[in-house]
Amino acid sequence: MEQLDQIVPLLAATIRVAVPLILAGIAGLFSERSGVVDVGLEGKMLAGAFAAAAVASITGSVWLGLLAAIGVAGVLGILHGFVCITQRGDQVVSGVAVNILISGLTMTLGLAWFEQGGQTPPLPASARFGVVVLPFSETIGQIPGIGRFYTEVLGGQNILVYPTFALVPLAWWVLGSTRFGLRIRAVGESPAAVDTAGISVVRLRYAAVLIAGALCGVAGAYISTAQGAGFVRDMTGGRGFLALAALVLGKWRPWPTLFGCLLFAALDAVAIRLQGVVLPGIGAVPVEFVQTIPYIMTIILLAGFVGRAIPPKASGLPYVKDR
Amino acid sequence: MVASPARQRDATAPAVELRGIDKRFGTVHANRSVDLVVQRGHIHGLIGENGAGKSTLMSILYGFYTADSGDILVGGKEVRIAESRDAIAAGIEMVHQHFMLVDPMTVLENVILGVEGGALLRRHVPKAREELRRISAEYGLNVDPDAVVGDLPVGAQQRVEILKALYRGAEILILDEPTGVLTPQEATDLFRVLAALRAQGKTVILVTHKLREIMAITDRVSVMRAGQMVGHRDTADTSREELGELMIGRKLATRLDKAPANIGAVALEVRGLSVRDIQGVQRVKDVSFAVRAGEIVGIAGVSGNGQTELMEALAGMRRLEAGSVTVGGATVSAEHPAFADRLRKLGMAHVPEDRLRTGLVPAFAARESAILGYQDDPMYSRGPLLDWPGIDRHTQGLMEKYEVKPPISRLRGALFSGGNQQKLIMAREMERDPTVLLVGQPTRGVDIGGIDFIHRRLIAMRDRGKAILLVSVELDEILRLSDRILVMFDGRLVGELLPENADERQLGLLMAGAA
Repeated sequence: MEQLDQIVPLLAATIRVAVPLILAGIAGLFSERSGVVDVGLEGKMLAGAFAAAAVASITGSVWLGLLAAIGVAGVLGILHGFVCITQRGDQVVSGVAVNILISGLTMTLGLAWFEQGGQTPPLPASARFGVVVLPFSETIGQIPGIGRFYTEVLGGQNILVYPTFALVPLAWWVLGSTRFGLRIRAVGESPAAVDTAGISVVRLRYAAVLIAGALCGVAGAYISTAQGAGFVRDMTGGRGFLALAALVLGKWRPWPTLFGCLLFAALDAVAIRLQGVVLPGIGAVPVEFVQTIPYIMTIILLAGFVGRAIPPKASGLPYVKDR
Repeated sequence: MVASPARQRDATAPAVELRGIDKRFGTVHANRSVDLVVQRGHIHGLIGENGAGKSTLMSILYGFYTADSGDILVGGKEVRIAESRDAIAAGIEMVHQHFMLVDPMTVLENVILGVEGGALLRRHVPKAREELRRISAEYGLNVDPDAVVGDLPVGAQQRVEILKALYRGAEILILDEPTGVLTPQEATDLFRVLAALRAQGKTVILVTHKLREIMAITDRVSVMRAGQMVGHRDTADTSREELGELMIGRKLATRLDKAPANIGAVALEVRGLSVRDIQGVQRVKDVSFAVRAGEIVGIAGVSGNGQTELMEALAGMRRLEAGSVTVGGATVSAEHPAFADRLRKLGMAHVPEDRLRTGLVPAFAARESAILGYQDDPMYSRGPLLDWPGIDRHTQGLMEKYEVKPPISRLRGALFSGGNQQKLIMAREMERDPTVLLVGQPTRGVDIGGIDFIHRRLIAMRDRGKAILLVSVELDEILRLSDRILVMFDGRLVGELLPENADERQLGLLMAGAA
């Protein structure tokens, strides 16, 4: 029973932390499978977080907030697309620019609109996404062992958690079983083949970056209006880069990417619980060290434990008909 | 002529007619008012030197580029082809020189790309598979629909490209230099397929610079030179000589006068050499041979059978895994490696096969590329600085002697044509007077006039008693230049022949690993 007391909150926390990683990871997956490298996941998420919190605080509607987040991040996706696809600019530079721009812009707009040091006003529960209580929680919750798992891990999660986990099989199905997916996979590997097959490379890639933007928007809304209760400066805290790492770890495929996201989330959940714990022979673990564990693990995993991660062949390369 | 389907349909309009096609790329006038008529059910050859404008013309017909002016008629009706989609709709498909395939996807996925039949694949894939099987059987194009394209040999990839075209309902099929990557046997198979297409009433346009192919398979041939159409002939009424003359605008010296080789001592000796590529795959396997002073040893083989890695290892660009290389009295091995700079001092010079990546720096001026690799030589410097006036004079000298055009030493390397870039690299390496010269694909992408010049230079060098190792995928070149021919297959030397005893069939079998 005591072990269960440890494990259930850990699993629940893992799922909570994993949600924005999964959303951003699948966002990056669509973008990069189409051949557009996206290091701007972080910035788009942050913009989404700000838009969601700002709109929810003004209108009182969390759904309008979500819509605004999708819209704003989608526009940023299109902007990234304009630089990378239409203007054939450097994709990494464009992504970094988005990150820097949004980090500054959210602060500036926050200060101007809300005058609370760059934050949005704290949101009341009515302007946040609520928790889902599964049916029969009362009765099943009584069962020892399974009961707590049912009420705290499967249930008791935020309403955005469920569609997020459904997104992974959906992405897998879209890529593998639909015409759109086939074309996305093709354009990331060989845009010339797509072009000569009479399909527009440009339209496909714009579609992909738009999807990426929208999903980042949802991730941002989750961070500021489900997990948190308002926008705080740079509140995405590097999750966009962790999602990117999970994407590489998952070799640009949906299920392994989900695995990568869950792994990083679990490490994060463990890290939080390790804070202040006294280990025999070492003493109290410094908080700073514990917080770096996910990043150290990322480097170790990417440095060799997953084998060679080969990105889509055309990713990062603007499509130019050469002569 | 026998009554082929082509004859029966002669009454109808030509399959394709191009009128006054004009296209410029910046200052380059790639197509000047070009006319072309291709009859239905014909295999029509389009021939010309590299850079004559053939590929541009075909890319315009396929909608990859748009013409500045001119009309395209398909089946007698004028059509506007602004993008590939329009060409596909008009029944035109193209098999590009560099395949337009998605390597990690299956044959079936590649074939249906763009014509999937609906938003959900599952509903249409079984039908597509059936159709693919039918087309495969009809034209003798054998490929496993579920094989991953990247795992297939080149010949099979080309069959996938043709299948793709036929699946889309192509009536007119353009093939751009289709045999460049094939063994002679694979090329024969391809021609069989083309004949089957003709028998079914399809129209084929074959773009090539190989006269032999034109004579072997086409019904009619059009010749381009310097962006213009210079002649149309019925294949039965013309000859290689006439076509060659039309292509280059003057008489072609077909035979190379070559004195018998005056063979001296061993200048380069390779013993038990094995080499791995970047991925760690062993590409050269226990290879031994020697090159003597005064002879040209040609290594024949289908590209990708270890020739590249062999040359890189000999030139000091790649580590030896096992074995040794002896040159200029020194022996190089895995334990005693030598880099390119040391090998150069031992009398080895290298004309690399990839001239734009390894041979010169495209962004450098000709005078910089002309001393590349020898830039530390005191003759090019004055104190700690480079002696630019001297280097300019040296470059001008090289350019004159090797007929590099334009002879401007400050022009960027990328702005010279392929042939002139190659001549500049040849000049740099050959004028160092090495004892051993390694030459990889010396005439790839070089026009016929340039080929002739380069060949003569190589022969002259051999006659001066130098040892030359030549790697080429062009059989004609190997047969023309070599005093001895070694055949490489799958990293091993699988045969040695004398050119006077070698016929193409035998060489082809060796190159395919079938002998």
